Amino acid sequence: MLNQLTISELTAKLARREVSAREAMQACLDQIARVDGKIHAFISHDAGDALAQADAADKELSNGGRTARCLLGVPIAIKDVLAVKNQPLNCASKILGNYISPYDATAIEKLKAAGAIVFGRLNMDEFAMGSSTENSAFGLTRNPWDITRIPGGSSGGSAAAVAADECIASLGSDTGGSIRQPAALCGCVGLKPTYGRISRYGLVAFASSLDQIGPFTKDVRDAATLLGVMSGVDPRDSTSVPQPVPNYVAALDGNVKGLKLGLPKEYMIGGLDAEVKAAVDAAVKQYEKLGAEIVEISLPHTDYAVATYYIIATAEASANLARFDGIRYGARVDGNDPIELYSKTRGAGFGAEVKRRIILGTYVLSSGYYDAYYLQAQKVRTLIRNDFLKAFEKVDAIVTPTTPTAAFKAGEKSGDPLQMYLSDIFTISCNLAGICGVSVPCGFTQSPKLPIGLQLLGKPFGEESLLKIAHAYEQATPWHLEKAGL
Amino acid sequence: MASAEIDVKYVAHLARLALTSEEEKSLGAQLGSILGYIEKLRELDVSGVEPTAHAVPMVNVTRADEIRPSLSHEEALRNAPRQANGLFIVPKIVE
Repeated sequence: MLNQLTISELTAKLARREVSAREAMQACLDQIARVDGKIHAFISHDAGDALAQADAADKELSNGGRTARCLLGVPIAIKDVLAVKNQPLNCASKILGNYISPYDATAIEKLKAAGAIVFGRLNMDEFAMGSSTENSAFGLTRNPWDITRIPGGSSGGSAAAVAADECIASLGSDTGGSIRQPAALCGCVGLKPTYGRISRYGLVAFASSLDQIGPFTKDVRDAATLLGVMSGVDPRDSTSVPQPVPNYVAALDGNVKGLKLGLPKEYMIGGLDAEVKAAVDAAVKQYEKLGAEIVEISLPHTDYAVATYYIIATAEASANLARFDGIRYGARVDGNDPIELYSKTRGAGFGAEVKRRIILGTYVLSSGYYDAYYLQAQKVRTLIRNDFLKAFEKVDAIVTPTTPTAAFKAGEKSGDPLQMYLSDIFTISCNLAGICGVSVPCGFTQSPKLPIGLQLLGKPFGEESLLKIAHAYEQATPWHLEKAGL
Repeated sequence: MASAEIDVKYVAHLARLALTSEEEKSLGAQLGSILGYIEKLRELDVSGVEPTAHAVPMVNVTRADEIRPSLSHEEALRNAPRQANGLFIVPKIVE
């Protein structure tokens, strides 16, 4: 089945003309027709446009091959937070109304330049705020391994679509774990690059100092491929960093001999599920077998990360979401004066979690509280970042569980925002510190059978080494080859 | 830090966010418990610690002040909820 292939498998078949891009795209569309009624990973998709892109790729393939376009004819689906020219963009919110993007995000522009078939709008928590994709104005997404459970979030649609083989790969965004956590819960590979590695131009901003775009893929090699395509400085994003872009795929040599991996003692917390802990312990043993050296490290400010995050992220969000005021785009509810118009539009357009975070963010920035909350959190952020920089003096990467438990049931935590926030405990620090991280499958719970994710954290702009370490483990284990029985 | 009590109505006004009275009530309770949790940051001594606004510190990123291609007038207005004569239409502001 062509929709089950990885990017490297599909591009090899396309280059040999064994299959056409149209056949691959059609296989994805057939799978969407077969399973998306259950999973609901997609908010919408335009089959005609996707097939037209496939036909254009086939024409180019038949006119003499692949050129340098390494994604020619590969169907890649997109989280509903990234601008794709002439496609809808809703951030899974009502407030954007019938918004159609007038331009491509830089990451999308680069995928298209590499020949990808860019299609579909993947479901998410509204404005990427959430950990379960239950905060969407377009309905729940289900976990392909057990449809009574959540796929994680906020990029739940991106993870579920890859796990259900509805696309070859997808894009998401990660502000506090929104790529790695759903990747872990759905059993795929999810990469959050270093802050500044990929341009954020055309990514609707949630928390500008934390947001990064990243790929969901079926193996580490594909993540390396997509990272290479999307990385690089961009004049349209002044926070993108002018670091050279190495050949990430070439770095995947399977060799971790002599590399040092750090195990943070603070991550062995009370709420860590026994099966998750056992899977991560086994992964650590596997690394030892492969020749890596395991070192115990300390990240002493771990316990403060969630509190720090929910001040900084909500403060930035309250400012970023001020632009949704019913004037220039999206839905509008009329009022007698502009302030009434703004208030009514925002009251009707935003969902409960977004309102909660706007209120919290506005509060921590308001007169009299700024120093006590926001400035204090920025200082603690420095301490958290220093913990990591100090640890990376001793180790090449840090190994942790991606999540404390496997996928939870839909509705289980939706009534208790604080419990939901605490489920992000292992992923949040990475964004605060601005480092890179990846989640790879590392086993399953017994009953029901649910994926478990291993998180690897790397140095700032250390994706080459991070992916090499992730790839070596993946190739020595069978977990990434398992498919959800749909 | 102050007590973990938010005047939701006042903050909602600052945020230009109309809330129903039920929303005000439930948000007040939820934010109280979240702020209670956040209070733990007070435990830390941060004297002498510089704040981090961005993890990758870059200062004064500038570009040449030149005209570059951008959205056309028509494209910029395409998603407006209300427009006329090439302008966004808003409620009356000045009496």
